[in-house]
Amino acid sequence: MTIRPMVAIRNVDKTFGSYQALDGVSLDVMPGEVTCLIGASGSGKTTLLRSVNQLHPIDAGAIWLDGELLGKRQVGQHLHLLSDREIARQRRATGMVFQRFNLFPHMTAVQNIMEGPIQVQGRPAREVRAEAMDLLARVGLADKAGNYPSELSGGQQQRVAIARALAMKPKLMLFDEPTSALDPELVGEVLAVMQELARSGMTMMVVTHELGFAREVADTVVYMDAGRIVECGAPTQVLADPREERTRNFISKVLK
Amino acid sequence: MTDRSKLAPGYDDLHGKPVAKRLHWGRWMAAGILVILLGLLVRAFARGQIEWSVVGQFFTAQAILAGIVNTMFMAVLAMFLGIVLGIIVAIMRLSSNPVLVSVAAGYTWLFRGTPLILQLLLWFNIALVFPTIGIPGLWEGRAVDIMTPFVAALLGLSLNQGAYTSEVIRAGIISVDEGQHDAASAIGMSRMRALRRIVLPQAMKVVLPPLGNEFISMIKTTSLASVIQYPEVLHSAENIYFANSRVIELLIVAGLWYLIVVSALTPLQMLLERHFSRGTARRAK
Repeated sequence: MTIRPMVAIRNVDKTFGSYQALDGVSLDVMPGEVTCLIGASGSGKTTLLRSVNQLHPIDAGAIWLDGELLGKRQVGQHLHLLSDREIARQRRATGMVFQRFNLFPHMTAVQNIMEGPIQVQGRPAREVRAEAMDLLARVGLADKAGNYPSELSGGQQQRVAIARALAMKPKLMLFDEPTSALDPELVGEVLAVMQELARSGMTMMVVTHELGFAREVADTVVYMDAGRIVECGAPTQVLADPREERTRNFISKVLK
Repeated sequence: MTDRSKLAPGYDDLHGKPVAKRLHWGRWMAAGILVILLGLLVRAFARGQIEWSVVGQFFTAQAILAGIVNTMFMAVLAMFLGIVLGIIVAIMRLSSNPVLVSVAAGYTWLFRGTPLILQLLLWFNIALVFPTIGIPGLWEGRAVDIMTPFVAALLGLSLNQGAYTSEVIRAGIISVDEGQHDAASAIGMSRMRALRRIVLPQAMKVVLPPLGNEFISMIKTTSLASVIQYPEVLHSAENIYFANSRVIELLIVAGLWYLIVVSALTPLQMLLERHFSRGTARRAK
């Protein structure tokens, strides 16, 4: 018996105007695994991540999340686009963390975390608050519940953003360069939270420039260039002994 | 610690020397001239042909008080409808449906492009175009009965206000960071819920100062409704001076009331602005 992948991506194309951001991308992400996407800016890794969360429609190909086709429904020989409401429902199964945190600035840390469960899932506030406090404790910010994002450091904001995504109890967590907007001394605290999350068995897709994190935490490293997957494999292979010339060049530039 | 003997010579330490106060001749002169001019102005009015006791007498007259209540009632109601309309039109303009976008743009164009007083006269005289109005088969009435000065003024003022407010609200919505939409979508919010819970509360911060301006301007604009016989404060003042010929005194009464109402609104606006800027950096510690 084979294990069903958490994410199955097949032949996905995406263009922005005349710019080909994704070009026939196929990839499996297995449950409980951490997949790190690396590559130069403009290589399509963020576009791939945003496609998995349906933040923009894909032009061709298909993505399945835990066996459910995203954004479309198969009716006989035809595919029908899902309504905005159904897409919003599908998105609830994935949590996303952004490069620039995107916390809601008019809400405190704990309100940010409670917003989704209360407004979207319609769960009772008392129960949600208790869970939100647990999540804040998990990311080491139990004492910052009442603070507004503007009163938190970048690292603290990003940890709140991770807690906000986890509050929806997602099957899959997407991280879009979660440490790229941080001062160097704040990167560690965010990576530590992500590492703990990986150890707890969360399925994760991480776009990152932190090759050290990829080496230590990833089960699979995917190197992308010009909208294609160039190389995909275990970190020991892709990072330490890349087969492709382009991968080797990229890694030597990043490590320099 | 820097080794003092290694610093370049010739620069005496000025630490602790007193700094002499500057004499601001220009400021004193400008202030003096202005005070003299203001004094002359006050004197002119005090000696002018104004019967100040008449101002005092009519300041709290029944008709004037009723007028200011009508002014406020109309301003608040028309502003409320204007904001509701403005939000709807702003959302229409930002939608991806080309028909909605065109209709919204056309509405703004029409009502911003014609004088308000013309719009008020048009609504008031709509009976000339449609003698009866209503829903065919269900309910109908004579336009002259329905289009009272109150209804015509409310319709004219709120439709006009909606056109201006929609632009203010649209600017506010656009000012909210694109990442906020992404974050709201990512936790599974529908577009309307994201607008209501995430985008509009943040847009309010940008929207409130110009909206406060609009409201103040609305309070004064209600005076235009006097041309269609709506009994607001200026209309009341006019009615009184038609009878007793105390034109200037009654205009001063109306003017004082406008000033009082507008002054009372400023602290209210400050409170609202403070509420909607919660969470942003510029907070008193």
